[in-house]
Amino acid sequence: MPEDRSRREFLISVLQFPCSAALVAVCGPLATAAAATEDEASSERYFGMGIQVDKCIGCGRCVRACKTENDLPEAPFYFRTWIERYAIHADGRVDVDSPEGGINGFLPRESEGEVVRSFFVPKLCNQCDNPPCVQVCPVGATFKTDDGVILVDSDYCIGCRYCIQACPYGARFLDPRTKTADKCTFCYHRITQGLLPACVEVCPTGARVFGELKADASPLRRLMRMSRLQVLKPSLNTEPKVFYTELDGEVR
Amino acid sequence: MAGEHLERLETLHDQISGFIYPNEIELHWGLLVVLYPYITGLVAGAFILASLEKVFKVKEVEPTYRLSLLTALAFLLVAPLPLLAHLGHPERSFEIFLTPHFKSAMAMFGFVYAWYLMLVLLLEIWFEYRADLVRWSQRERGPRKLLHWLITLGSRDLSPEAVAFDQKAVHAITLIGIPSAFLLHGYVGFIFGSVKANPWWSSVLMPIVFLFSAIVSGISLVLIIYYVATLVRRETPDMACLDKLASFLLYALIVDLSLELLDFIHRLYESEESIGILSELIVSKLFISLTIVQIIIGTVGPLLLLTFSRFSQLPPELKRVAYFIAALLVQVGIFSTRWNVVIGGQLFSKSLRGLTVYKPELAGIEGLFTSIGLMILPFVILYVLVKVLPPWPQAAAPTAPPPD
Repeated sequence: MPEDRSRREFLISVLQFPCSAALVAVCGPLATAAAATEDEASSERYFGMGIQVDKCIGCGRCVRACKTENDLPEAPFYFRTWIERYAIHADGRVDVDSPEGGINGFLPRESEGEVVRSFFVPKLCNQCDNPPCVQVCPVGATFKTDDGVILVDSDYCIGCRYCIQACPYGARFLDPRTKTADKCTFCYHRITQGLLPACVEVCPTGARVFGELKADASPLRRLMRMSRLQVLKPSLNTEPKVFYTELDGEVR
Repeated sequence: MAGEHLERLETLHDQISGFIYPNEIELHWGLLVVLYPYITGLVAGAFILASLEKVFKVKEVEPTYRLSLLTALAFLLVAPLPLLAHLGHPERSFEIFLTPHFKSAMAMFGFVYAWYLMLVLLLEIWFEYRADLVRWSQRERGPRKLLHWLITLGSRDLSPEAVAFDQKAVHAITLIGIPSAFLLHGYVGFIFGSVKANPWWSSVLMPIVFLFSAIVSGISLVLIIYYVATLVRRETPDMACLDKLASFLLYALIVDLSLELLDFIHRLYESEESIGILSELIVSKLFISLTIVQIIIGTVGPLLLLTFSRFSQLPPELKRVAYFIAALLVQVGIFSTRWNVVIGGQLFSKSLRGLTVYKPELAGIEGLFTSIGLMILPFVILYVLVKVLPPWPQAAAPTAPPPD
């Protein structure tokens, strides 16, 4: 009996082969064509980030990676990304801190009273779809790319700092070396090469999810389908493209 | 320099109360940006005072008409300098004119400024002085003759029709000038008022409050300059003129205070998310500059002084001094108004959880000395302008050229 079965299986696979071959022959070019269309439509890529607050452990690796990858000044007030720690007390009091932007992680908190909730919130430029910083730039040095990322042309920026005033999230600073505005670019030099932003790459818990907002199947889209999302300061209508899951109402 | 800068920021760390975003430690618009709305306000106010005489036929203030125009010009010439000095890349500033980003409020500065300087002030001054320039150049000698002759731009017609046309032109330009002056300073208010990220700035009332404080500051500045100039020239100030100036200053001050109060009450009543941190700001970091200097010394003080001296039977000598002191106090008040808007708006974190500090530098391009220099400069320019284009009624040349 076993012999019979294996013979039958053999015969089936023999018959299957030309069918599969034909299938590959017919569908192969179609698949290539589909891939080509995707390439041509690369301008329709639209980047965003999801941040799972409950996964962040405040290790600060993202902050360090960002400083290194983007060659930022060492001093603890020039951050493209930073981490905030929240402690919400039983009496409603909220303590927030971000020692050196969280670059070296966090020491245990010396706080009085019972803490009922505590969590870390990674922050970065929200790459707003309706960006107030782009609106106010008098020379158009800060702009939105076709893939939705807000960039600064440091050869063009006049250093007026109106964009820093206009950003509701404190995500911009003036680079003391170039005297021009600077901010998170989603590691534009990496994402355009198909790599992940440095902060996403190094996150040990996968708290940061980077991806395309318009693609049907991207890790970000999956996260967005599966979670309840929140953005920062939604009332300002900046339409951030950085989405938070499990975000506490105390976070601003 | 960069090292020093970092050290300075480092020391500020200990003075922060509550939580601020890490990038917020550096306060970006300092003393120079305080000067900018202060100076443009003086320009707009002085011009609006000048137009009172031309458009609204307030004859009493005629002695200050030309002086107001020259004051406006002197300050307008200096107005862009603090902005320029504060830029990270002043050498790229021309990009604002070449490739302006039309959605940016700040990009409009060049156009608003150029319009106001070229089409309003310079043109009005030229038409106003043209006939006098021709007459002066006819009877003067040496460099002054040449200078006045050059400024006439070759238009040497003294016929009654030509002079009448000058007057018509001045009238027309003033008519355009009033909305332009409103535009100039309302626009500066808009630069701040339209920043939705900043609850201290974001208010539709901002341009209007700026405008009325501009009128207040301009009238008081011209009053000060007129009073000092008559003292220096050993003349008796025209009391009717001073009385009128004081009245206008008083009315403008009342409107200005009402608007500020409206803004204050409105914020308090709406009691938005930011009210907690803004209240903390007012009672701590801004207590001296807002409550003491701006409101008590700079507004209520002059208001009482002006009301009392204007409607009392004081001897003119005393009245003049009272007006002068009131005008000086108003200047202090308006300067602190600008300070409280510009600096105050950056002393709290946009996380609405903490307050930071501002320590102006002494030296350096954005330091105190630069600011003092920039405040002296318009007076130097005004001195030169007054020498070249004497604004005093007696200086106006007689209609007929003197016989040779």
